[in-house]
Amino acid sequence: MMDTSTLLALVQDGVVNGAIYALLALALVLVFAVTRTIFIPVGEIVSFAALTYAGLDNNATPKVLVLTMGLGLVAFLRGAIRARGRALLMLGLETLAVPATVTAVVMVVVPMQLGIVANAAIAIACVAPIAPLLYRIAFAPLAEASVLVLLIASVGAHLALSGLGLLVFGPEGARGEPFSDAVLEMGPIILPGQAIWVLAATLATMIGLWAFFRFTLAGAALRATAINRRGARLVGIATDQAGLRAFWLAGMIAAVSGVLIAPLTTIYYDGGFLIGLKGFVAAIVGGLVSYPLAALAAIAVGILESFAAFQASAFKEVIVFAGIIPVLLWRSLRHVSVEDEE
Amino acid sequence: MKPLYWLALAALAVLLPWLPGLPLFWVSLACQIGICAIIATGLVVLTGVAGMTSFAQASLMGIGAYATAVLSTNYGLSPWLGLPAALIASLLVALAMGAVTLRLSGHYLALGTIAWSVSLYYLYANLDILGRNDGISGIPPLSIAGWKLIDIRASAVVIGLGLLGAMITTRHLLDSRWGRAMRALRGGAVAAASVGVELGQARMLAFVYAAVLAGFSGWLFAHLQRAVNPTPFGLVAGIQYLLMAVVGGAAHLPGALLGAALVVLVNNSLQDWLPHLVGPGVNAETVVFGLALVLMLQAAPTGLWPLLARKAKPRHHDTTTTALPRKTMPALGSVALQAIGLQRRFGGLVAVADLSFTLHQGELLGLIGPNGAGKSTSFNLLSGVTQPNQGRVELAGRDMTGSTPQDMARGGIARSFQHAKLVQSLTVIENVALGTHLRGAASPVAAVLRRDRAEEARIFAEAAVQLERCGLADLADASATELALGQQRIVEIARALAAGPSVLLLDEPAAGLRHGEKQALAALLRQLRAEGMAILLVEHDMEFVMSLADRLVVMDFGTVIAEGRPQDVRNNPAVIEAYLGGVA
Repeated sequence: MMDTSTLLALVQDGVVNGAIYALLALALVLVFAVTRTIFIPVGEIVSFAALTYAGLDNNATPKVLVLTMGLGLVAFLRGAIRARGRALLMLGLETLAVPATVTAVVMVVVPMQLGIVANAAIAIACVAPIAPLLYRIAFAPLAEASVLVLLIASVGAHLALSGLGLLVFGPEGARGEPFSDAVLEMGPIILPGQAIWVLAATLATMIGLWAFFRFTLAGAALRATAINRRGARLVGIATDQAGLRAFWLAGMIAAVSGVLIAPLTTIYYDGGFLIGLKGFVAAIVGGLVSYPLAALAAIAVGILESFAAFQASAFKEVIVFAGIIPVLLWRSLRHVSVEDEE
Repeated sequence: MKPLYWLALAALAVLLPWLPGLPLFWVSLACQIGICAIIATGLVVLTGVAGMTSFAQASLMGIGAYATAVLSTNYGLSPWLGLPAALIASLLVALAMGAVTLRLSGHYLALGTIAWSVSLYYLYANLDILGRNDGISGIPPLSIAGWKLIDIRASAVVIGLGLLGAMITTRHLLDSRWGRAMRALRGGAVAAASVGVELGQARMLAFVYAAVLAGFSGWLFAHLQRAVNPTPFGLVAGIQYLLMAVVGGAAHLPGALLGAALVVLVNNSLQDWLPHLVGPGVNAETVVFGLALVLMLQAAPTGLWPLLARKAKPRHHDTTTTALPRKTMPALGSVALQAIGLQRRFGGLVAVADLSFTLHQGELLGLIGPNGAGKSTSFNLLSGVTQPNQGRVELAGRDMTGSTPQDMARGGIARSFQHAKLVQSLTVIENVALGTHLRGAASPVAAVLRRDRAEEARIFAEAAVQLERCGLADLADASATELALGQQRIVEIARALAAGPSVLLLDEPAAGLRHGEKQALAALLRQLRAEGMAILLVEHDMEFVMSLADRLVVMDFGTVIAEGRPQDVRNNPAVIEAYLGGVA
């Protein structure tokens, strides 16, 4: 039998992991709503950010910058086939200048050893641009394709990126320094500092996103594109730009998740995939459209996982992924309309 | 295709591996290609034909492989007994998976298969009976009359024949009543439902068929490798099979073999020279594969095979075979279709407020009204596509309220659509043949065994007769995409007639027709009426509808504002106001 303190520890563990899944679920819902892309490579962004953050412990220039700049070059060449004049200049700024600037700044900042929070920022800055660059390379050219084609392309991008991850980071795993060693005791609950950081960062990101969508014009444009793509285009919103912004946000959210999870567990180059998939489970519960439902589901996934790990650790993943099936069943019972799918 | 042709291919499969001087390494590659091509063949049916995506085919292959591995090692059964076990196991697993996931729309289904794939992978890796991560080794090879097929060339023969068998059964299945139903799932689901195709059954059929092929491939794989472990049944492998289908051309059967061959060969040469390029221990081929998949979708979304394929030769359709069974037409003048106080709201919008009318056998009733009057919604209510919030629909005196489009089709209603809904991947005559779905009875198993030929001949004879009647016999073998809009509408009428209905609902059939074509259509409708057909006609061409209709029902803002003979309605002040606007 489980005693109360074990129970509390499991719930706490679940909530902390669930918070990270919630962040990923938000990123996935955002990207899907705006571009209809199911962004499977979100997992690679998580691992790359975690590994980059952990690698900064010994003050080396992050290896991932090679990947970011390389992807920038590919994205530039891919776009340069069509772009001319001003468009080419903008493309160059976006795909070449941004990664180059990040690299230059990082190379200056890293030797200064500014501490853990700076390291987190560096890791995020190095890895987050990968998402919009992927959009330029893989998804923007398919913007008018069906969800299914975009999904297959997304799986392709995941495969390529995970292979590149092995190339860049090698097969060894790494674990990052916790943000804080403090431990908060509240009666039977013992809350480590990292857990507080995770919960606070998740909450801050959610509030930030909410404010962005609610109060800024760019956020409104994203919402409009999500609700009605054609309509948004008719009122003069560049849906291509909206897609790019969605991927930027998703890249940043995923990189934040990666940095948050780095001190909690040892991460390997391909470890993010499973973490991302759990975000998916939550996003699907929210129907890929509802942010609050997805966030709640993510917490539930985290708790389910933590109990499954305690009771039947070998079958942890089976239980979590099979957990999506009742949800799919429930969705399929509600979904009865006959529709034409292309 | 001719049996002789298949026989030649079978002989080739048996003899080719023994060609003197053929390196054994090539034979082993061919075995790999064959095993992959069988799975890709299943994906052609599932993804290319039926438009559903599965990332779980490798996991389903694992079901077949583990089933035979357990039976032939733990229980010492013959590998040949493992074959039915592998097929049945994958069939049952697919039925269970499909029951839960298949009603989901496209990308949910694909995501669902990712979840299944990950779950099954961890299940394989953690179950004691399956040997956990180590898997099961010491699986016996296939043997024929005591002769063990250990020689790779002997295995190649079995795999070659297996692939050939899979291709033949798939070709048979696609060229059948259910094959057309599965094709209709891609972009023609609403039309297929209107002629009685149970979409859920068609989806399940495609899913289960692909799974059984994967299970079959798994059985071959287990006895070729003589050992199984979870790795080849994971998600990455599942993605590779999808890549094969996409590269080859998911809608084309030979594309499965082409795609499998390309992917296996490229993979092989990559494994040869990539380590020299980037150093050992680096998984560079996954990078190349991922990029290839993305580039493929951007550059040639329909795959490579269509670039190589020739156009199919037109077929001859004999119109003289015995007719298909059809329901007898009810007595002339009896009540065919009755709408009683139908109402339909969409949120705050009342599309149809109160619609009542009666249609008799042998009567042509015109339903007219300005744009937005609720005519198309009425059609959807009458054909079961949309359910009314209030009111009833009666078909020959039987209450049909709440019925599905399929129930309505069984009850004798056939319809056309305002925006023509033809299945793009079928020819004109195949589209019409889809209309006979409920009049045929052949099961998918009968189709695979070619026991449906007599019925198919009758189906195509009926389709040819209806096309001729509608004046489109010349276009029978044209692709549905080649037709002008007006012609597409006429094909829809032919498809509706092929269903053998007693009530015909036509949504703006004359739109887009030239004068001569309109006259031909009018003549056809008069003839159908004389045969006792009840016809409800929505039309904007006033001259056309006034000259044809026995009675008119005029709608405006979702309600009936006038009803009666054409000349009376023409002079009705409410009608004039609705069309020309109020004169204050």
